[in-house]
Amino acid sequence: MIQETVDSAKVPGAARGGRLPKINPVFFVLAALLVAITLSNPNFVEPMGYMNFLKRAAPLAILAAGQIYVIVSGGFDLSVGSVITLTVVGSSMLLNNNADAAWWVIPVMYAVGLAVGVVNGLVVSYLRVPSLIATLGMMITLNGAAFMWSSGSPRGYLPDTFRFFGRVNIQGIPLIQFLPVALLVLIVVGIGLFWLMHRTNLGRLLHAIGDNPRAAQMSGVPLERVRIIAFVVSSLSAVTAGILLGGFAGVSTDVGVGYELQAITACVIGGAQLLGGRGSVPASIAGALTLTAIFTLLNFIGLPKPVRDVVQGVILIVAVVLATYRRNRAGRT
Amino acid sequence: MKKLLTAALSAALFASTAQAQQLNFDDPAEFARQREMLTAKANGPEGEPWVQYYGDQMADTAKYKKEGPYTICFSNAGVNNAWRVTGWTNMQAEVKLHPEIKELIHVDAEGSDDKQISDIDDLINGGKCSVLIVSPNTTAALTPAVEKACAKLPVIVFDRGVNTKCPVTFIHPVGGYGFGIQAGEFVAATAPAGANVLMLRIVPGVDVLETRASAAKRIFKEKGLNVIGEEFTEGDNAKTKSIVEDYLQRGSIDAIWMDAGATAVAALEAFEDSSLPLPIITGEDQQDFLMKWKAEGFKAIAPTYPTYQWRTPIIAAVKVLKGEAVPGPEWVMPQPAITAETLDLYVNDKMPPLHHAMCGCEKLPDYPAAWGGQ
Repeated sequence: MIQETVDSAKVPGAARGGRLPKINPVFFVLAALLVAITLSNPNFVEPMGYMNFLKRAAPLAILAAGQIYVIVSGGFDLSVGSVITLTVVGSSMLLNNNADAAWWVIPVMYAVGLAVGVVNGLVVSYLRVPSLIATLGMMITLNGAAFMWSSGSPRGYLPDTFRFFGRVNIQGIPLIQFLPVALLVLIVVGIGLFWLMHRTNLGRLLHAIGDNPRAAQMSGVPLERVRIIAFVVSSLSAVTAGILLGGFAGVSTDVGVGYELQAITACVIGGAQLLGGRGSVPASIAGALTLTAIFTLLNFIGLPKPVRDVVQGVILIVAVVLATYRRNRAGRT
Repeated sequence: MKKLLTAALSAALFASTAQAQQLNFDDPAEFARQREMLTAKANGPEGEPWVQYYGDQMADTAKYKKEGPYTICFSNAGVNNAWRVTGWTNMQAEVKLHPEIKELIHVDAEGSDDKQISDIDDLINGGKCSVLIVSPNTTAALTPAVEKACAKLPVIVFDRGVNTKCPVTFIHPVGGYGFGIQAGEFVAATAPAGANVLMLRIVPGVDVLETRASAAKRIFKEKGLNVIGEEFTEGDNAKTKSIVEDYLQRGSIDAIWMDAGATAVAALEAFEDSSLPLPIITGEDQQDFLMKWKAEGFKAIAPTYPTYQWRTPIIAAVKVLKGEAVPGPEWVMPQPAITAETLDLYVNDKMPPLHHAMCGCEKLPDYPAAWGGQ
């Protein structure tokens, strides 16, 4: 059934492709998946259904919206998962059960994120370490730091003041009944990152250095500075994702594991080019929603786990093929 | 990264299917034996389960007798989860109780079979060890390394097992069936017949976890409970909460059975956030779960895989080196479950949320600071 729905998404996508090549196929894939989820579980159209989905997808969506900055500039940021872990573990250590401390702990975690981004950027720009290696090193270092800090057993719970962002639903909203704070965060961050990438000069410079760094440098783009900013945006988005994840599910020492690859996958599903120069914030967010939708759909269908993994892999490949197809078409026009 | 690991693991599993088929995780005889042991009386001093044991078979250790002071070597599978962190802290504190121990050499395999095999090699070749304690990462991979070590010095294995009888003794609590029985019987006795049970497990393929699940499933089948799903959470809070939310959208859940309770609080929060009454649940002795249980008063049980078992290898090592007999070839110790009646004994808001209450560590040196408590 899944295969059918994916195919049916491809057909209108391809048909319209001729006239409207600018519509990213990720939105069709996402729409098809949402229809499939609704068919398999009609409760999904209730606010409880789709709002939970959006709340759960918010951390990954924010992470992907940050990661796309680094990918567009021609790099990868593998350290985001460990920044998430460090945020959750570090916050629980600093908060130490004190609900009133959230107001200064959150800025401290953003400062840590800023520092991580600057270091990543400096190492990549000035020491000429490939971003894959630089951020892999950072990932290992930060995981070690989180472990050293907490000895693997963080002290303190995350109080409700901290968990507000990831867990609370604002009740009593007309039409939709309630609104998760996490979704509000996603909307605000998403609009901010969209504006920065697609409406400012920085966005143009990012695309330029990702497309052809040499040409960009010759034409006077401050390569190093732009790269550092990209890594900082990515790290700060990881801190935000960490605050949401810690809020959603509480303290856990491996909360960020695997998120770096999921974020990169989300960007690729959204049509980003892995070697830089192409990618967009809304498409990356849609990619993250698509990824979460795949997980949710397969949970709902209730297939046995091995079958689910196979189907999940196939859907992922199909989604990326569609994205590449669109890119190639757009490239010719 | 976890995805990659899972892929690599499944490939490895696939390659070793021939071997996997020989493993039996649903053995009625072992099920019955462990069920009996849960209520049997153990030998040894009252109130100190880490030196208690079932049965009366002893291992003769006269040939290992040696003058002190001793160097104890410990090859650890890893300190990669909260359970192992508590256990490792217990072990270090236990060493401080034994003046005849000069040094504890600890090598951490960080969850890798290869590293642990070479760790053991290094320890043997270093020539400093009076005795070797091993907590194996996986059973099959570590068996040859342990056999090699047995030829050189006395070896004590604990926690997970190996496929050889060469160690002086293998220290462990009752076992996976026991855990599954305690949790399964509680659910079966508390929930009405035909109730919907969601089974949450961490990862597939680990013997102590597979037997927990098979024991519970056997009981659910006997009592006519409806298992609505069996899901792997990988020990991740966010994933656990998402899975439970999805199941709640599909229908009602009367009880949640878990093979490891680290993520129990996340599972409960899925009910809270959907404004539903909390289900019957089986957790573990992690403080965050015990605290919530006490605060909310839902129907629960916390079977344990007690971390006090980390004290026993040190006690055994000193006995072996003094030539005193120890329970062997297996030293099986009690495996208590925390119930609503005994809950108050174990809840302690001075300890961190990931601390494991069944540590038997309250009278050890540096308690509670070394365990992160106040």
